[in-house]
Amino acid sequence: MALAFDTGLALLVLVLAAWTIWVQDTFSAVLAFVVLGLLVALIWVRLQSVDVALTEAAIGSGVTGALLLTAAAFLRPTERAVAPLGAAWCTAAGSLSAIITVGLGAIALLLPDPAPTLAPLAVASLPQSGLGNPVTGVLFVYRALDTLLEKVVLVLALVGVWSLAADHVWGGIPALRPATRPDSTLTFLAQLLPPVGLMLGIYMCWTGADHPGGAFQGGALLTAMWLLVMLAGVRAAPATGLLSLRLLLIVGPTIFLVIGLAGFALAGAFLAYPAGYAKALIIVAEAALTLSIGVTLGLLAVGPAERARNS
Amino acid sequence: MTSTGIFALTATSLVGLGLFSVMTNPQPLRKIIAFNVIGNGVFLLFGVVAHRGAAAGLGADPVPQALVITGIVVAFSATALAVALLLRLAKQTPLPTLGTDDGSDGDLA
Repeated sequence: MALAFDTGLALLVLVLAAWTIWVQDTFSAVLAFVVLGLLVALIWVRLQSVDVALTEAAIGSGVTGALLLTAAAFLRPTERAVAPLGAAWCTAAGSLSAIITVGLGAIALLLPDPAPTLAPLAVASLPQSGLGNPVTGVLFVYRALDTLLEKVVLVLALVGVWSLAADHVWGGIPALRPATRPDSTLTFLAQLLPPVGLMLGIYMCWTGADHPGGAFQGGALLTAMWLLVMLAGVRAAPATGLLSLRLLLIVGPTIFLVIGLAGFALAGAFLAYPAGYAKALIIVAEAALTLSIGVTLGLLAVGPAERARNS
Repeated sequence: MTSTGIFALTATSLVGLGLFSVMTNPQPLRKIIAFNVIGNGVFLLFGVVAHRGAAAGLGADPVPQALVITGIVVAFSATALAVALLLRLAKQTPLPTLGTDDGSDGDLA
């Protein structure tokens, strides 16, 4: 029964991937990609990786989908029939892709048995940190440096996006226009859902210590609520030059970095937590990071400033 | 074949399909989408490896899971940057395409 379900799920994912790639209209391709992401999240659940499933559904499918939809809508007028590549090129590209697929597939099926795993090690040292969720343990204890650097990558990507604004609108407002009339259902939802979404986001961050969830998933929920509010026109997109906004962007990475540096003095190593305080420190860092991630993802999705602040 | 095996083949097929589209579709936005399809495939391979490494009472090895969570977020940042570059390009030139440059690009303004 489970096997039949998994086979059906896999086939559906492949059909959607093919649809994403071959459908003529880019808007439809993005929609197919969003559904593909949700189904891939289901596969993650089947692979017993619920933390990843939440991240994939929220960020890989949801926020990425919002970003791509905006871009597809903007580019629609330019989307004329572009001359397709010749049959020879397509055959060559197809053969190469097929070879890579078959090769990768063979490698994936012939992986060594029993599989190497770090799960016992990860579980063995987990009680010291006071955490119950081993994935959060890996993210914030064993590989905390990766997580810290990733936050910096997010901010760097935002700097890259912002730097595409023209000089005279620097620090101005992104060009996100409300997609609807002020009395539509979307407006109603944008007024009704955010408190619930906000609660869920905070819960997700809090529960991440012991159950699936965490700063990324919680932050992505905050982003989703914020995008909904902006798209419905309940609140305008903020000016990118606002000091408070910029402080929100860096509060997470900064607190994480300070905790990391304090590790030198208190526990003898960068990003080491003093015994007994690990969980408290991790939750402080996660709370700040949730806020920063939420704001950063949202700003990445709305793009660079398009008009000056006071116009 | 086991479920894990089926998902492994799904993952590699996603990589193949995405790769094909990156190489053959001349529209930059479609290339970005295809890139994300490849990403989905690569992440799923991690998921298969994680699930095969289930031990110590866990359904999947947490280390690859954490790597994938990081990966999804970084993939989103890269996508956002690419889209921003593309939209900027679209404002500068009438028809952003990476196709054959036969000079037929009209002025849409």
